[in-house]
Amino acid sequence: MSAPSYRPDDLIAQDIETYLALHQNKTLLRFITCGSVDDGKSTLIGRLLYDSKQIFEDQLAALESDSKRVGTQGQNIDFALLVDGLAAEREQGITIDVAYRFFATEKRKFIVADTPGHEQYTRNMVTGASTADLAVILIDARKGVLTQTRRHSYLAHLIGIRHIVLAVNKMDLVGYDRAVFDAIVADYAAFAKSIGIEAFVPIPISGLAGDNIAARSASMDWYDGPVLIDHLETVELDVTADQARPFRMPVQWVNRPNLDFRGFAGLIASGTLKPGDAVRVLPSGRTSTVARIVTMGGDLPEAVAGQSVTITLADEIDCSRGDVIAAADDPPQVADQFQATIVWMDQEELLPGRAYWLKTGTSTVSATVQQPRHAICVNTMAELSVKTLGLNDIGVAEVYTDRGIPFEPYAGDGAHHSKDLGGFILIDKITNRTVAAGMIAFALRRSQNVHWQAIEISREAHAAQKHQQPRLLWFTGLSGSGKSTVANLVEKKLHALGKHSFLLDGDNIRHGLNKDLGFTDADRIENIRRVGEVAKLMTDAGLIVLTAFISPFRAEREMVRRMLPEGEFFEIFIDTPLEVAEARDVKGLYKKARAGQLANFTGISSPYEAPLNPEIRIDTTRTAPEEAAEQIVEAIMGVWSPVL
Amino acid sequence: MNTRALTHLQRLEAESIHILREVVAEAEKPVMLYSVGKDSAVMLHLAKKAFYPAPPPFPLLHVDTTWKFRAMYALRDKAAHDAGMDLLVHHNPEAMERGINPFDHGALHTDMWKTEGLKQALDKYGFDAAFGGARRDEEKSRAKERVFSFRSANHRWDPKNQRPELWRLYNAHKARGESMRVFPISNWTELDIWQYIMAEGIEIVPLYFAAPRPTVERDGLILMVDDDRFPLKPGEVPVERSVRFRTLGCYPLTGAVESEAATLAEVVQEMLLTTTSERQGRAIDKDAGGAGMEKKKQEGYF
Repeated sequence: MSAPSYRPDDLIAQDIETYLALHQNKTLLRFITCGSVDDGKSTLIGRLLYDSKQIFEDQLAALESDSKRVGTQGQNIDFALLVDGLAAEREQGITIDVAYRFFATEKRKFIVADTPGHEQYTRNMVTGASTADLAVILIDARKGVLTQTRRHSYLAHLIGIRHIVLAVNKMDLVGYDRAVFDAIVADYAAFAKSIGIEAFVPIPISGLAGDNIAARSASMDWYDGPVLIDHLETVELDVTADQARPFRMPVQWVNRPNLDFRGFAGLIASGTLKPGDAVRVLPSGRTSTVARIVTMGGDLPEAVAGQSVTITLADEIDCSRGDVIAAADDPPQVADQFQATIVWMDQEELLPGRAYWLKTGTSTVSATVQQPRHAICVNTMAELSVKTLGLNDIGVAEVYTDRGIPFEPYAGDGAHHSKDLGGFILIDKITNRTVAAGMIAFALRRSQNVHWQAIEISREAHAAQKHQQPRLLWFTGLSGSGKSTVANLVEKKLHALGKHSFLLDGDNIRHGLNKDLGFTDADRIENIRRVGEVAKLMTDAGLIVLTAFISPFRAEREMVRRMLPEGEFFEIFIDTPLEVAEARDVKGLYKKARAGQLANFTGISSPYEAPLNPEIRIDTTRTAPEEAAEQIVEAIMGVWSPVL
Repeated sequence: MNTRALTHLQRLEAESIHILREVVAEAEKPVMLYSVGKDSAVMLHLAKKAFYPAPPPFPLLHVDTTWKFRAMYALRDKAAHDAGMDLLVHHNPEAMERGINPFDHGALHTDMWKTEGLKQALDKYGFDAAFGGARRDEEKSRAKERVFSFRSANHRWDPKNQRPELWRLYNAHKARGESMRVFPISNWTELDIWQYIMAEGIEIVPLYFAAPRPTVERDGLILMVDDDRFPLKPGEVPVERSVRFRTLGCYPLTGAVESEAATLAEVVQEMLLTTTSERQGRAIDKDAGGAGMEKKKQEGYF
């Protein structure tokens, strides 16, 4: 099959001004195509580009020569080659990531997210679907509804895509048989209903032959629904639906060019806005009215969801990046504990209890994810009991943030749901990778009903009474490194100096407060979280607290550091090489671990992440415990400011 | 209630402005790479809009090869001045010293002046985020690149290890020494760029419009003899042709097209009627078969 190349619209040559005026006012639809290589997904996208005249002569010439060389369609044009990007993919004949394609008709510009169909599928499809208004679910007419069809549909529904097109492809290979199409649609309808998809538009097509893509197929006169491009041109856009909901704008940046101007810049997530509108700033709850909507082209009388604007308020109120400006009479909720659906996207699995960065809207907070209530099998939608989430796993879990954030449920039918205020990503604090995407379902009630009690005797008052600055001396190191020994000596010296102190020792705490915890990574994190909270309460009481815990993970030591005011946390690395600690083996634990009798033993079968920049490092191969204690006390006293 | 359908240009503009502001809010020391082409012109215009009434709170950086068209240097200095922004110009000192030029050194010219020059400039000033005017529709490997594209401490791009990018949530976290390349106009097509230039009245280099210019024809490319550094072959005489340029780079590497299109509408008309894609006039994409750009990007080219 030889295809004609790009043939432009006649109007372009005849009257370019009119043509441009017509094309100035297109709308924009983003959609995703879901299916595997075999379903003809790349062929369909290639066909859409081709039918909408996006393929130039040089590209077509390259395509024809590539088709003959590496194509899978014999002497015919392999449209799939148009959309396969990277060199590695061309060699393997698969696509490996999310790619974005562009085409336009007279009514709309389209951005297509193309995602691959192999094992990385969940992560890539969720990424591509997160910005899509519509999903095209491809089915091979010869095969019908398959496990992967269910998976694609479930993911599209999960990510909140409101418009689903069921494209029954390769109709040419089943003789354009209506009965085949009807049977597949009935089959899919039953499944769709079971997972909560209320409506979908089925279209019988052939990507290869071009049936019902841009033009009505002469071979399927029994079909009277819309052809694919017509449907894509007329379906309602999410941005239009967003305008009907209450006003919300996450503040990105405060614009202060001079003392007379203070503007709040952001992209309007939902609703509309006019000068004079009453607004409320979340989480503070303060109210004001909109003074101006400022743009370089002059002030606007009105702005709507989807626009990036800068607004000024009538009153001088606190408002900064991460806050949400909302309709005063209908603001979003604020909470710090949520139930959410989480899609894990990193090789390194979720560690329940570990602190990650959570970014939602324009705010970034520290957050922990609890052990999942269950995971969801993307093929059967069955709920599975799990302890954690690995790459491409989907689960439901509680998420706790370190402060309240304005939010709305991610999905829903009424006015109060929002992808902008309900969708979040999790970022690993050490590797900086984006490890997960999440969707808030609802706030946990307990977080909304527990309030901070104001206490009149402050931590400063407690410290002043003891004539000292509270400190947390956090000893970390391998088992048998000498943490407890040195910490004990340090406390004796502090005591002799008349300081009020308390030593929390790892083994002792595990006999009481933490006796329910084992030695898995998740339990180790919870162990440190509890010790951190207890130590923090003790510093609030004015004490100098010493802790002696292996505390093997950097992330948790950093978590504790951030619980305390700047300058109060001292990380003390008792640096004893594994060989030395193992040779000492004071408690006989290394011997047991080597014999396989102790699971998850730090240094042997569980990692120890040494501090990168500890306040104090003691090399125990060179420094005796007594000398180490003197150095530590001297260092601590040296940075003490004289009290009162 | 009354809804207002935003046009595709309004949506693209809003997205680009959002991206520009996210970088300014989250990066420590951003910079905008400014190449003086039409895409750079649109990106700069969007930056002015994003931060109005303040000027864009970052400098412009031109990684120069000394071989751009003279008209480009003129507009570069004017555009920076009009925007109220600092303009930094970097020349790779080694390329300067060795007299690297497009006539004698082929691929080495791009590698040293642009790829190495860019890395040098980013390291020299310690920029941790650099805006670039690349579009996903330009070339196959660009279609997969993130808006926030993470680079290792030695500026390498790893296409198999990109961060997933969801919703409007961009992850700008990085370790010291690492950096981001950020592409605010990723989702614009060439036609979008032209329509926006028309709608907003953005000033672009006059070379985009047809005019009589001194040219010679070599290897199927029409090259403009922009200054007296152009070494003419024996018997070669510059011929005046009415030409314009679809993309702008180093003048000895950038092919012109014969054209009478002297207005924006006529240029767009020609573009829509033409039957070859945009980058064909540029020699840079043709090395190493179809994988030329992908390879250059892994090495740190924009």
